[in-house]
Amino acid sequence: MLEIKNLTCAYGAKLILNQLNFKLEKKEFLGVIGPNGAGKTTLLRAISGVIKPKEGEIILEGRDTKQMKSKELAKKIAVVPQSLSTSPITVEDFVSLGRIPHYKRFQFLETARDQQIVQKALQVAGVFHLKDNFIDRISSGERQLVLIAKALAQEPELLLLDEPTAHLDIGHQIKIMNLIKRLNETQGLSVLVVLHDLNLASQYCNKLLLLNNGMIIKDGSVWKVLNYETLETVYRTYFLVKENPLSKKPFVIPFSVDEEKNKT
Amino acid sequence: MKSKLIRWAVWTVILSFLLFMVSILALSIGTGGIFFKKIIFLIFNGEGSPEYSILFDIRLPRVMLGLAIGGALGLSGVILQGLFRNPLVEPYTLGVSAGAALGVCLDIVFKLEQNLGILSLPFSGFLGAVLIILILYSLSIKKGILRIQGLLLIGVMLSFIVSSLIMLIMAVSRIEDLYGIVFWVMGSLKETNFFLIKLALGVSILGLVASYFFCHALNAISLGEEEALNLGINVERTKRLLFILTSLLTGFSVSVGGIIGFVGLLVPHFVRLLLGNDYRILLVGCFLTGAIFMILCDTLARVIISPLELPVGVITGILGASIFIYTFTKKSHLH
Repeated sequence: MLEIKNLTCAYGAKLILNQLNFKLEKKEFLGVIGPNGAGKTTLLRAISGVIKPKEGEIILEGRDTKQMKSKELAKKIAVVPQSLSTSPITVEDFVSLGRIPHYKRFQFLETARDQQIVQKALQVAGVFHLKDNFIDRISSGERQLVLIAKALAQEPELLLLDEPTAHLDIGHQIKIMNLIKRLNETQGLSVLVVLHDLNLASQYCNKLLLLNNGMIIKDGSVWKVLNYETLETVYRTYFLVKENPLSKKPFVIPFSVDEEKNKT
Repeated sequence: MKSKLIRWAVWTVILSFLLFMVSILALSIGTGGIFFKKIIFLIFNGEGSPEYSILFDIRLPRVMLGLAIGGALGLSGVILQGLFRNPLVEPYTLGVSAGAALGVCLDIVFKLEQNLGILSLPFSGFLGAVLIILILYSLSIKKGILRIQGLLLIGVMLSFIVSSLIMLIMAVSRIEDLYGIVFWVMGSLKETNFFLIKLALGVSILGLVASYFFCHALNAISLGEEEALNLGINVERTKRLLFILTSLLTGFSVSVGGIIGFVGLLVPHFVRLLLGNDYRILLVGCFLTGAIFMILCDTLARVIISPLELPVGVITGILGASIFIYTFTKKSHLH
């Protein structure tokens, strides 16, 4: 569905992404992990067309995204940002904004179909009961669900999420990840999600991509990427990787060795 | 969705009706009141009477101009607020009005009006407005420094620079030009050229129509530019076209009515409280409310120390700046 070829992105003279190559198959659930400043968010922005790559190609369903109009791209790719500031509008109005790429020329109002899709998106994301609340008056966990609902209203084939669980409590983290997993499995949505929490990534993703300094260090199955040697070189801390007895997925425990103490 | 449309339609009708009532009020009030009944009588068979000429030669043009300028400024204000994502932005606080005034002053001093015709006035106003917006815009993309407060500060400073330039022009210009310049700087609807009034009205109504091509884009940009891009909006193109539109609206308003501040701030502030933040209703709501507000202020300016007249900019300035301070202190958490 998505193929990245030799992707290089730079802000000015500073290279952020350096010669990335990978593929995302249809219905895949790909997690992008890596330390701060590895280029994860930049990768999302390049795929969604917000920044232009310096070199390389981003091929979506066989077509170079450079050749696609932004409106066309918005019908296929939806982005869930980390956070959002907006003027005070209701949750329902907010989710309706996701229909904008589908408006016909001179269409002024949402059609009955647009409305149906919005209602369904609200229900799927579990925020239907909040639809008349103002977006600035709901909790941050609820807001993240609303952001996903808006992305769903866009009816995308590929969902890009930038740290959807950042700053949320564990209950909400699981709720968000379960929702994404459900969308991936039942609606056939391809997912590319940037995550900081290695264990969430391990539990939910079927493939991982480990970035560091704008380069792919490793990609593939969770067991291949999450081995302690790779992690230790990338994150510069020590790791213990065990098997989660319930899910049979890797379970990552970071631990610190105080180097000052070791000297004595 | 039906219910939304009905609500919007009802509000549009209510505001149009209010605009109509205010216009009637403005037509009847003044030295020598003319009652509504008499207005109707005069329309049909009053031609030639002194009251007829007061009504149609003096008051009606003012009401038309109030409609044109109030609508244009209300609309420009709400569009600029959307583009800069800042509720305190408007042509006046950004210095765009001052830029237009500088253009007009230069036009007067260099007598372009006499050589190139009356149209050169609004055109030079437009150029002045574009210049300021270009400066603000290039600063905001190059440095990324124009966040909420920074943008306003730079706008106010640009106003200062331009006002000083206008004073410089005044200091070196001849007495005959001085009157014209002072008039523009103070802001008044006392324009005598009926062609300019009709032109301003036409531009302002066309501006409203044109703005509707961007209502979805403005809604998307209210989420942030990156979000708007992700929704398939061509943000750069939208911004460029809307900057030209607001420069046109402001340039024409200033070239006919002078600097009238804070209309573009006050009006959207109240309309947002009343009608919400959807640009599909905000645009027409701000246009109509701006027109109502401007005609009311102008009527007030005419009668408050009658038979003398206050510049209308004085009234909007006092009201608007107070609201500005109130909003600014209340929403100190703006990022």
